[in-house]
Amino acid sequence: MRLVAERIGHGYGALDVLSDISFSVADGEIVAVVGPSGCGKSTLLRILGGLERPRAGRALIEGTAPPGSLNPITFVFQDFALLPWRTVAGNVALVLEDRPLAAAERREMVAGALARMGLADFADAYPKQLSGGMRQRVGLARALVVRPAVLLMDEPLSALDAQTRELLMDDLTGLLAAERFAGVYVTHNLGEAVRLARRILVMSRRPGRVRSVVEIARPIAGRSAGDAELAAAAQAIWESLREEAVAADRELADG
Amino acid sequence: MAEPVPFRGGGFQPRARRLVAVATLAVLVAGWSLASRAGWVSPIALPPPEEVATALVRLARSGELARHLAASLSRLVSGFALGAGAGVVVGLAIGLVSLARSAGMPVIAALFPIPKIALLPLFVVWFGIGEASKVATIAFGAFFPMAVATYGGVDGVDRTLIRMAQSFGLPTLSIVRKVVLPGALPAMLSGTRIAAAIAIILIVAAEMIGANEGIGAFILAAGNLMQTDQLVAGVVVLSVLGLTVSGLIGAAESVLLRWRR
Repeated sequence: MRLVAERIGHGYGALDVLSDISFSVADGEIVAVVGPSGCGKSTLLRILGGLERPRAGRALIEGTAPPGSLNPITFVFQDFALLPWRTVAGNVALVLEDRPLAAAERREMVAGALARMGLADFADAYPKQLSGGMRQRVGLARALVVRPAVLLMDEPLSALDAQTRELLMDDLTGLLAAERFAGVYVTHNLGEAVRLARRILVMSRRPGRVRSVVEIARPIAGRSAGDAELAAAAQAIWESLREEAVAADRELADG
Repeated sequence: MAEPVPFRGGGFQPRARRLVAVATLAVLVAGWSLASRAGWVSPIALPPPEEVATALVRLARSGELARHLAASLSRLVSGFALGAGAGVVVGLAIGLVSLARSAGMPVIAALFPIPKIALLPLFVVWFGIGEASKVATIAFGAFFPMAVATYGGVDGVDRTLIRMAQSFGLPTLSIVRKVVLPGALPAMLSGTRIAAAIAIILIVAAEMIGANEGIGAFILAAGNLMQTDQLVAGVVVLSVLGLTVSGLIGAAESVLLRWRR
């Protein structure tokens, strides 16, 4: 299954946010989207996930979802989006409750996803009791349990402190390498982009366009935090982005 | 020469101490008793607390208290259930559906400020002098705060949680049941508090206007006969009733909102 963005454009009122964005995400491929703040990265992701209607162009699914996939296009949210009144297990179970599954099977799937993210001991805890990193692991477990084909990740590590982010990044690279999910990873952190992505879309400031595409061929599994080649790639992207970021920074909010 | 940095923090953290609460009430009652016995207040204006207590015991023994309380409670419970129930339904509709919001908001804005007791005569014309007119007044009074609290609560539900539920393909009914309602529950419970307080005010007022039974009617009758001990006993019953209702809602809050602690 491929996820395709076809000439997507969007705006709010008189404000153009996205303009003429086209790209595709092939099976098992991770595409990172980076750009200055306000360039419409998150809007693009919501359009790809069917949460927002674009003004122009469309998001397409090519081919069929892999068998057994309950929710082929699945989000991971920046602020985790956990229900505070449900336990960890309850939050993961939420997304299975309206599916035609036997109770025993559902319990097994929830337990499996929790175990996969190292949350087995926290099943009965409430989100409030967990650290930010653990909360996002719940978000990832919830995404895993519906057996997605494409993960849409909206700055999933941005709400975490630097050390926790490093730990979660290791979990995430492990997960993506093992499960062969495809993914769109929106971030403003170039280090994260070069760690995870095979292709990086560099966007211009508002209205966001694709400014350049950077390819990194090396498999995710072999990449590490202190890698010189990746650092060079991130540096090169930053050079090309710097002017845009400066301009975006100086923009008036109501411009 | 070294000096400690002067302390400038602290304060602004009042704590409720149980002992002080009990002692304050005890001192008030003792002062009341003393004032009566010393003859500072005429026993006709305000009987001493002992007499009020005796009157209460007498009323309880004779079954009169139970009779009036039962009449008030049955009106209160049915009126509140009707009004608050309708308020939740209408509040949910206003919080979720554009048409209901556009139609409901101006109606609520226009009717909320009316003192509901002013409508009792109208309800008597519509429903007769019996129970229905009083129940309708209470229901009407409880409806508005409940509806306003409910749609306020629904408006306050974190939209990212709703988008999350949509992104996992949850059906609308499940989103309302599992995301919107629990998210609005804290606001709905504070609405329940206000609605219950209004319902108690209205029941007493309604019973004073037209009823033979009920705490309001009892207080009015006692006043007409200058039986101030019975009158104050009735007021004490109202205080206990209010405390009980507020305690029940508090208990419901601590069970239903356990996740907030």
